[in-house]
Amino acid sequence: MATDRIVGIDLGTTNSLVAFMQGETPVVIPGDDGLNLLPSVVALDANNQPVIGNAARNSLIETPERAVYSIKRLMGRGSEDIQEELKLFPFRLADDLQAGEVLRITLGDKTFTPPEISALILRQLKRSAERFFGGPVTKAVITVPAYFNDAQRQATKDAGRIAGLEVLRLVNEPTAASLAYGLDKKRNGIVAVYDLGGGTFDISILKLHDGIFEVIATNGDTHLGGDDIDNLLITIALDDIRGDLGIDLRRNAEAVQAIRKAVIDAKIALSSQPSVKLDIELPGNKHYLREITRNQYEQLIQPVIDRTVGPCKQAMKDANLKPEQIDEVVLVGGSTRIPKVRALVKELFHREPHTDLNPDEVVALGAAVQANILGGGSEATENMLLLDVTPLSLGIEVAGGVTDKIILRNSTIPASATQFYTTQIDGQTNVAIHVLQGERELAKDCRSLARFDLKGIPPMAAGIPRVEVKFLIDANGILHVSAREQRSGKEAEIQVQPSYGLTDEQVEGMILDSFDNAEEDFRQRQLIEARAETTTILTALEKGKKSAAWGALTTDEKKQIAKMEKSLVAVNAEQDYQAIRKAIDALNQGTMRLAELMMDTAVSSALKGKNMDETDLGEGPTAPHPMAKAEFE
Amino acid sequence: MRAAHFCESCGKVQPPVPVDYFSFFGLPPRLSLDVAALEKSFYELSRKLHPDLNARAGSQEQEWSLEQSSLLNDAYRTLRDPIKRTEYLLHLEGVLLEEQSKSATEQARATGELKKQIVPPDLLEEVFELNLHLEELRMNKKMGDDDPALFEEIGKAKLSLEAKHEALLRELQTYWKEWDGLIDRGPDASTTDRQRVSGKLVDVLNRRNYIRNLVRDVNAAMEN
Repeated sequence: MATDRIVGIDLGTTNSLVAFMQGETPVVIPGDDGLNLLPSVVALDANNQPVIGNAARNSLIETPERAVYSIKRLMGRGSEDIQEELKLFPFRLADDLQAGEVLRITLGDKTFTPPEISALILRQLKRSAERFFGGPVTKAVITVPAYFNDAQRQATKDAGRIAGLEVLRLVNEPTAASLAYGLDKKRNGIVAVYDLGGGTFDISILKLHDGIFEVIATNGDTHLGGDDIDNLLITIALDDIRGDLGIDLRRNAEAVQAIRKAVIDAKIALSSQPSVKLDIELPGNKHYLREITRNQYEQLIQPVIDRTVGPCKQAMKDANLKPEQIDEVVLVGGSTRIPKVRALVKELFHREPHTDLNPDEVVALGAAVQANILGGGSEATENMLLLDVTPLSLGIEVAGGVTDKIILRNSTIPASATQFYTTQIDGQTNVAIHVLQGERELAKDCRSLARFDLKGIPPMAAGIPRVEVKFLIDANGILHVSAREQRSGKEAEIQVQPSYGLTDEQVEGMILDSFDNAEEDFRQRQLIEARAETTTILTALEKGKKSAAWGALTTDEKKQIAKMEKSLVAVNAEQDYQAIRKAIDALNQGTMRLAELMMDTAVSSALKGKNMDETDLGEGPTAPHPMAKAEFE
Repeated sequence: MRAAHFCESCGKVQPPVPVDYFSFFGLPPRLSLDVAALEKSFYELSRKLHPDLNARAGSQEQEWSLEQSSLLNDAYRTLRDPIKRTEYLLHLEGVLLEEQSKSATEQARATGELKKQIVPPDLLEEVFELNLHLEELRMNKKMGDDDPALFEEIGKAKLSLEAKHEALLRELQTYWKEWDGLIDRGPDASTTDRQRVSGKLVDVLNRRNYIRNLVRDVNAAMEN
């Protein structure tokens, strides 16, 4: 089992987590700060080293041009479909970005593709897991929004590869949540999972039957979540400030991030308080003050949360179910803590939703369950099997720019379809195929997945060749295409040009890059840790010198210690962490008798103690919101 | 009867053999089908064939598992739905569905030709009137007018169409029985008999598809 250590990862818009099945229970593995949630924020420090999570959150305010958040919104997307995103998020696209190229984001003076940034987050989680197990972790199940399209899924898989993880399965987030819920109460019935996270919304309806979790219908919006509420509040604050103070802070990244932090805290507070006071320090010693009541806040966010209604109704329609026929409703995602969201869900499904499991953790826990199933299962997961569906119809473009749907949405995956193609001109050896994803009639309204060129068709009269093309959506929801010319039996060659996404070569290149970085990262981390230990031991030594025990040492011993102390200080200024460790070990040995004496004389000290210099970067909810007139000081 | 999807003694997934969807489940090509039994069979086979449960097998087995399980899902999706099942059977029989079928619709769209609409004769009058009403409703919408009487009229027509749709499904089932009778007779059933029954099935399906499309149009017009 140790060789098959598969972790479950929730790669979220706002937070990411890694979990593992410990015995018969899935548990979240905490990071080195002891926290379960790793904020999905990446920044570059002054040495251009990536910093991830809480540490990077501070950079958002201090050096916003070197930090990025909500990168999930850009996964698998092209520059033309993120214009809305760019208005609301401080994503800085690379200046030299070419049309049709995979997006690149600027951090400091470097650029990164969205999968590379996600890979940094994944690598941080991988490290946490490796520390937890005390050994390498190379296999993972990663969750994705159920409504993610092929390109977004592929980008997530690429991110895993770049991070040095073999992604055994992409699992849909709501389905993963249902696995976590289904673990302790194996019952049969219809369950709806309402998943409103930081950036995405999913609704999935499942049929539970003796351990089989069969998804009947799924729907959603991959650009709807808590982020949208934050942006609404930020916009109001910026408008207030511009209108009343005449200061336009929209281009002031630091100020915008400070406002963002404040409104997020306010949003969180309003889930438990009737009102909240916003107090944001502005440039020029001014303050933006505003009280927001729950009532005002709810009116404000109504349009955002109402956007979840359509997908829920469509999913019920597709499942051919009425609200009364749904036995249980499960809430997932941090945004479902908002009382108004809970009320909406209750109204939609005519019943009180389940909230027994932490909505931030349940997806990761479910991913751990799925990882366990893939690894061969255990007593707890025996008989459990997930049958998921493809969220979007797969089509091909036919004459007239029309989409011919060949695999309908909500088809259980793996699913396949076979199409036959022929030539239109004598001797034609190529046929172009345009693959689309979406529900619309016209190809231009659907998502372009890829263009395939069937090559090497033997030259024959027009209409004679018969090329069989097989489209197969695998259990990850990712498309595979194969083709064969039937009359000659020849495998036709397929050249894939993904409309959005990295080529295999690009991913390979990035894997190497990240390995190079990994070594440098490792060295840096070791150096920082070694220096921290130097400080600890030197402080303890100073204490020791002042203790009664010091006087009990011989002159020779004291001389010896002073010599070792001097050499530690010297190597500590250098870059070689191994040399520092050696010097620390030497000093440790040399002061052993001093330590013993101090113990004996009950003058206890931290000479042998561990470095407890942990900084808690967590932050509690504090402030504010808009509606009536704001105050300024 | 059922194709050997996995090894009976060791449980390993076997390479897929090209079979029709009925044979995949070890079923004769009968149209009256116990959907609950089919579901049970689907779950059982999923537990053997699904890639999740073969994730630790060799790469060859994993590939077979992917193919087998996609075939299983395709077959189940087709057979559990009465209309898809009938259409699939006719496809196996080499019968081409006509005007109202999905493929005909797509072909018409692809070639840019207006689809041939054969209105079932008994519906001629009703459809003519309904189309007039729908046109009027669309005009009203454009002008921002509201005509409750018209709305009610269309609603009534919709109910009548839905009743016809139900009746056609019942009619379809009587032909299913005829067809199944032929299958049960085995090789004794003559080709002529098979062609006669499949012709009836095509006819019912075409009429049913026509009405379903009409209902869809009505719904769209009423919702907008």
